[in-house]
Amino acid sequence: MNRFLAFLRKEFLHIFRDPRTLVILFGIPIAQLLLFGFVLTNEVRNVNIAIVDHSKDHLSIRLTDRILSSGFFKLAAIPSSESDYEGLFRSSKVKEIIVFEPNFADKLMKEGKAGIQVIADASEPNAAQLIVNYTTAIANNFMRDEFVKDQKQPGINIKVRMLFNENMRDAYNFIPGLIAVILMLVSAMMTAITITREKESGTMEILLASPLKPIQIILGKVVPYMILSIVNALVVLLLGYFVFSVPIIGSLALLLGEILLFIFLALSLGILISTFVNNQVTALAMSGFVLMLPSILLSGFIFPVKNMPVPLQIISNLIPPRWFIEINRTVMLKGGGLAEIWPNTLILLGMSAIFIIISIRKFKIRLQ
Amino acid sequence: MIEVKDLHKKYGDVIAIEKITLSVKKGELFGLIGPDGAGKTTLMRILMSLLLPDTGSAIMNGLNVVTDYKKVRLITGYMPGRFSLYPDLTVEENLKFFATVFGTTIEENYHLIKDIYQQIEPFKTRRAGKLSGGMKQKLALSCALIHKPEILILDEPTTGVDAVSRKEFWEMLKRLKEMGITILVSTPYMDEASLCDRIALIQQGRLMDVATPHTMINSFAEDLWAVRTPKIYDTSKFLELLPSILSVNSFGQVLHLVTKKGVHTSDSIQQFLSSQGELEIAVEPAVATIEDVFILLMNHHKPKQ
Repeated sequence: MNRFLAFLRKEFLHIFRDPRTLVILFGIPIAQLLLFGFVLTNEVRNVNIAIVDHSKDHLSIRLTDRILSSGFFKLAAIPSSESDYEGLFRSSKVKEIIVFEPNFADKLMKEGKAGIQVIADASEPNAAQLIVNYTTAIANNFMRDEFVKDQKQPGINIKVRMLFNENMRDAYNFIPGLIAVILMLVSAMMTAITITREKESGTMEILLASPLKPIQIILGKVVPYMILSIVNALVVLLLGYFVFSVPIIGSLALLLGEILLFIFLALSLGILISTFVNNQVTALAMSGFVLMLPSILLSGFIFPVKNMPVPLQIISNLIPPRWFIEINRTVMLKGGGLAEIWPNTLILLGMSAIFIIISIRKFKIRLQ
Repeated sequence: MIEVKDLHKKYGDVIAIEKITLSVKKGELFGLIGPDGAGKTTLMRILMSLLLPDTGSAIMNGLNVVTDYKKVRLITGYMPGRFSLYPDLTVEENLKFFATVFGTTIEENYHLIKDIYQQIEPFKTRRAGKLSGGMKQKLALSCALIHKPEILILDEPTTGVDAVSRKEFWEMLKRLKEMGITILVSTPYMDEASLCDRIALIQQGRLMDVATPHTMINSFAEDLWAVRTPKIYDTSKFLELLPSILSVNSFGQVLHLVTKKGVHTSDSIQQFLSSQGELEIAVEPAVATIEDVFILLMNHHKPKQ
């Protein structure tokens, strides 16, 4: 036991004395959280628009107010003629221009319909689509509020409810995914790197020649990163809850249990990688390209698995975070319990078992 | 203490060591002498149970290195060829770590390492990576000794270390030997061979000779001449034409010429050289060193190519 504690102490010294390790352990998770939370947002907020009102009557002015007070848009320009439009888009001063046709209110009252032209900058197609959708939604709401109450309007009135994420908040999407990515990074990558570092520096030779058992070496390497991973996961959960208001509807104990299971899986994956490679650069490349990219791109973190081409969907089944992110979303956002996530849990358990078995078989008590 | 029998190890097609049989007595300071790639490290790693031999056996203090490897690792201290401590830990932390790993404490075996460790103790809060080469070796030796091993295996401990530190290091080994520790040390430096009790000359995976340095030098059966010349390269080219020559090699500023026993005198060699137009040259009989023995044996054992 003393041996093991000495080993643990040594590992913590390595971690806290190496600035690079510290950056990866704490800097990257925080940076990712901030990036996904504030920068890489899909939400429409304070988008610069221009409004051209050719009628300036009570309805067009009220709709303009409605649009500008929604919080999604900000008036950035009032172009005087059509020839200014292109310049505004080109200089990126505005993302959208809303044009009211002349006699807007008159037409609406008499003919029952009037035109608004919406011009969007589609050089960013997704953003343009979102902006246009928001604008249309506001206009439709406006129409309903103004007219439904005093005259019967034919047509279908569609009311949409986005379940589990009523306001379409991005944080709901990225916090469950980010936990998976960060744990992959901290647990798998750092474990792989720290074990290969011993091989590279030749200290593994001394460790092997010592009475330390392989299991002590591995556990000694893994336990510090396990502790740090748990800390990281909790930090992300807490930040998600308090800063981004992502709820945890389901059982917190269940969620933490699943997080522990995923940490275990990631650590065994890290050990597995370290049994294949002999230097830190390869370990880094392996973890980077083999773990991180699929974890971000193919796991459903950013792109929904169901939208992927079939071959990629099949590959995504092999990626542990895919199953873990589903668990997170189910427990955190839908309040689901084991009844819903037991298949995913079983898959994660199975994957961990496979990784551990291969690692133990491949770990060498000798140099060759 | 160490019994090696018919040890054989291949890496793919390359033979690392071939049929090595060797016996090291208790309390002996035994040197493995040979150039890089001779198989010294492979042999030591097999003894440390870090590599498995293809065939043959190695017994350390009655323990088989393949089947009893766990016990072997407890009774041996090992210093690999490369500096293999943690550069980001301090001197003291390194030593303490290895003490604990081997189930002991610095205090318990301080007497063993006292002479060595005292020299680096003033720097005990310094990171090991920031020590000089000589101090690193002292720390590595301290770490290898801290669990009071019966056998010490040192792989080229003096490579890359300055002359003064090398000398100190060998003095330390002598004192450890006096404490009853069996030491197997490898070195590419022939001049260190004479500091061992017995040495094995190893070349291309094969043992060429095992004896005390003294016996080995005395067994030098040919004539050896020291040739002093201002033009080392030219003179050695001429000497290669000398009848009955066995070898000519430069030893710093001097050429060592080996000829068949009893064929030449210094005068006859001088005459040969002046007939080639080489005049300002002094030839005198020389006493063989381990290196001369090594080169002679190497020529005998020339591998068939």
